Amino acid sequence: MNAFEWVNATTVDEAIGQLGAASLLKAGGVDVLDRLKEGLDAPPRLVNIRTVKGLDRIEGDAATGLRIGPLVTLAALDVHPVVRKSFVALADAAGHAATPQIRNMATAGGNLLQRPRCWYFRSRDFHCLKKGGDTCFSQHGENQYHAIFGNEICAIVHPSALGTALVALGGSVELASSRGKRIVLAEQFFLPPAAALERENGLAEDELLTAIVVPPLGASARSAYTKVGEKESFDWPIAEVAAVVERSGANVSRASIVLGAAAPVPHRATAAEKLLAGKPLTRETARAAARAAIEGATPLSENRYKVTLFENVVRRTLLDAGGVR
Amino acid sequence: MSAPVPLTHITRARNGRPAKRRAQFTVNGEPVDVLFAPHKTLLEVLREDLNLTGTKHGCELGECGACAVLVDGEPVLACLVLGLDAEGRDVTTVEGMADGPALHPIQEAFAQYGAAQCGYCTPSFMLTAQVLLEKNPSPSRDEIREALSSSICRCTGYVKIYEAVELAAARMRGEEADILEEAIYGR
Repeated sequence: MNAFEWVNATTVDEAIGQLGAASLLKAGGVDVLDRLKEGLDAPPRLVNIRTVKGLDRIEGDAATGLRIGPLVTLAALDVHPVVRKSFVALADAAGHAATPQIRNMATAGGNLLQRPRCWYFRSRDFHCLKKGGDTCFSQHGENQYHAIFGNEICAIVHPSALGTALVALGGSVELASSRGKRIVLAEQFFLPPAAALERENGLAEDELLTAIVVPPLGASARSAYTKVGEKESFDWPIAEVAAVVERSGANVSRASIVLGAAAPVPHRATAAEKLLAGKPLTRETARAAARAAIEGATPLSENRYKVTLFENVVRRTLLDAGGVR
Repeated sequence: MSAPVPLTHITRARNGRPAKRRAQFTVNGEPVDVLFAPHKTLLEVLREDLNLTGTKHGCELGECGACAVLVDGEPVLACLVLGLDAEGRDVTTVEGMADGPALHPIQEAFAQYGAAQCGYCTPSFMLTAQVLLEKNPSPSRDEIREALSSSICRCTGYVKIYEAVELAAARMRGEEADILEEAIYGR
């Protein structure tokens, strides 16, 4: 880790005033400290935003939707009564990430903005495409945990479990700068390699993520989230799915199905969503939707297993969201 | 417009090195006032500046759990917390578990069960178990496993650790409980 100077920001304006090429922002510090220790980042100045007041609250309810401060910890999201009851996919995504210790430290904003876990990206020995090099080493290297969709340029999987749930729930992020505030739909916030090779989202250099906004779900809508790792705890997902199923009478009026650990951004399974619309949710329709969700996958040499895995995880998550046993 | 950060908040570099910073917080109930470089982790500050070497260096990346301490009563990984982030907070290390010469019931149970072999991971397991038992005096085996899932032990295979936590839990609930006969090594 390099030596750096330290600034405590206590307000949003102070934090924004510190943004710039010489500064790296730190909230919970989990991903930032990893990156500093791995030598991926070596900023002259570390700006501590954990001390910014008022960004650690969860506001709202099932009827109004949620406004989640970026400094809310994953542990707090996991047990918050409203999130747990009405936004199950979000609570479960937070509650299954990493370990209890890390969830006590890691923040919602940091989870969305963390850098990818691709081992070529994380290793200072590989000057990969994402770091300005000319090769994506995962294309022909060790790629068992890499993307099965959208992987032709860079095969990272997006590392944020909250991001997967947030896209499924139709959520947004609020970004503030000295120019003002803007709200960006999560689905448009995360950027694929073709749009931004050296970063994973549309956060501008002078912007601070100041809130995560989740719209209310319809009265007949239910969400669910499933994570599968190689171990039951303390592991990154090899497949995760967040789904929302909304019904009108006996039929599904709207389904939202998003795959995480599948692509460089949270991956919406549009064909599967279309297939379910207007039909009842049964074991058969869930199976058909799951098959549609993996159509067009382009697995690499060592991650073909993920295609089958995702088919099963999509099916299970849909049945879970729809309350079909 | 963004307000400028007051100058007092900024560490000025001297001779190319950022200056040391002062932090005040409590460790095991006692106030401490320490001067250290801003890039030092809480783990380094505890071990090197406060001579509390019960907290262990492990992977340094949040993967092994050996460095767990309690900050404001919650277990966190001291290798991923910067020392300056402890400002104003309450830190508890394994040195704070015993009450004078009397071991904490969790320490007592770990010793009886041989739940520590090389002992390197033991402080993290005991501190994390302490928080679990404060919140949940009668945890199931699965709840214990989940709460302790951050820490890796390469010696014990975990069974003795879980049994020790269960024994300590029973004693802390006021029950008469003793180590299982079949768990005693060599019988």
